[in-house]
Amino acid sequence: MTATLARGHLLRGVGRAPTLEEHVRVFGQAARLDVADVERAGLRGRGGAAFPTAAKLAVVAATSQPVVVANGAEGEPLSKKDRSLLRVAPHLVLDGALLAADVVGAVEVVIAVARPAPELEAAIGERTLRRTTVRVARVPDRFVAGEETALLRALGGGPAKPTTKPPYPFERGLSGRPTLVQNVETLAHLALVARGAFGSTALVTLSGAVARPGVHEIPLGITLADAVGELTADPAGYLVGGYFGRFVAPQEARTLQLTPDVLGAGAIAVLPASTCPVAEVARVVTYLAGESAGQCGPCTHGLPALAGALDPSRRGDHRGEARTFAALVAGRGACRHPDGAARFAESALDVFADDFARHAKHRGCGRRDEGVLP
Amino acid sequence: MRAKSSLKVDPIACDGHGICAELFPERISLDPWGFPLVEDPVIPPALERAARRAVAECPTCALKLVRAR
Repeated sequence: MTATLARGHLLRGVGRAPTLEEHVRVFGQAARLDVADVERAGLRGRGGAAFPTAAKLAVVAATSQPVVVANGAEGEPLSKKDRSLLRVAPHLVLDGALLAADVVGAVEVVIAVARPAPELEAAIGERTLRRTTVRVARVPDRFVAGEETALLRALGGGPAKPTTKPPYPFERGLSGRPTLVQNVETLAHLALVARGAFGSTALVTLSGAVARPGVHEIPLGITLADAVGELTADPAGYLVGGYFGRFVAPQEARTLQLTPDVLGAGAIAVLPASTCPVAEVARVVTYLAGESAGQCGPCTHGLPALAGALDPSRRGDHRGEARTFAALVAGRGACRHPDGAARFAESALDVFADDFARHAKHRGCGRRDEGVLP
Repeated sequence: MRAKSSLKVDPIACDGHGICAELFPERISLDPWGFPLVEDPVIPPALERAARRAVAECPTCALKLVRAR
């Protein structure tokens, strides 16, 4: 994994987790940070929602006795960037979490991970913390566990399932206290902003028909084609933003600029023309249906119905049905899980329109499911 | 002028009993699985009485009438 990490801004001087001394040598000491600095940097969240970080900091700073939760749960199967970052730059994430705690007036930081994070634990052990406590907490390794209210519920000892908003985490979060939830990459960028840099890069996880799979740091605003680099096969389409993202047609790759809202959680997969996109898409929607928390009716019933309408083994034309179900589930859950699945399916129906038409007519396309999307 | 009210469904609390659609068909219909679809959540004063009844009769207290922004 670390071998594939490009040398960029966040990942400067990496190769393995640096000691605190090495970290300071490479990045320098973290200066103080205020909300205005973050606003000037234009930093947006890197967990998927691309929410302006400064606005979130300002809201939590106005509350009393807040908590900071660093979200490193990364339930997205196509993404590895957060766990890679925690492995190779844990001190940068820690700097960011402590700076954020300072900005909002918190003395408690919880870093949530879904897998063991020994490098992070070691990095915390190297720190001398006077006022603030930092601890690592494990949450279930499930898709929906990274959703902020599900994460907070899991950290509080409950099931990793979303809750109805309001109340929002900044109102009532961990242990009922106002909570700042930030993705770990966002916090690492905060650490750079505090050193005078701007949040102008992003971590992406490349997979599928790419010559350089794995985690890379890219400058924001470059095109999709430039971000993925050399391909190993003819592309049928690009999935940008993971399973909550959307498919992009190959002819769009040269013009689509990667901004935080397009990137989502930063996972990009290139589907080669050799695999059956209908089967790949149906399999992922079936997975997403299974990952529903099962709390909201439209998601619990609608996602299996959507998966059924996309099922390539079914006779007949179910494209209209799929579009109807996708439109029906969007916006009707407590969280954005159904919206993400709907966007994924709808964009697949657009980009792979010819393939879906062939399946509707001939019940197949002669290609097999290569399992490019895990 | 009186502030308008807005209908809100708590999707986690809702169990799809469908009573709301029965009592307030002017604005609420059911999806294929029996869960409420609110056509236009903003309720004018003339419909408020019916809306309140639907809210009151929801067995899981999932339907709420809140002040519209």
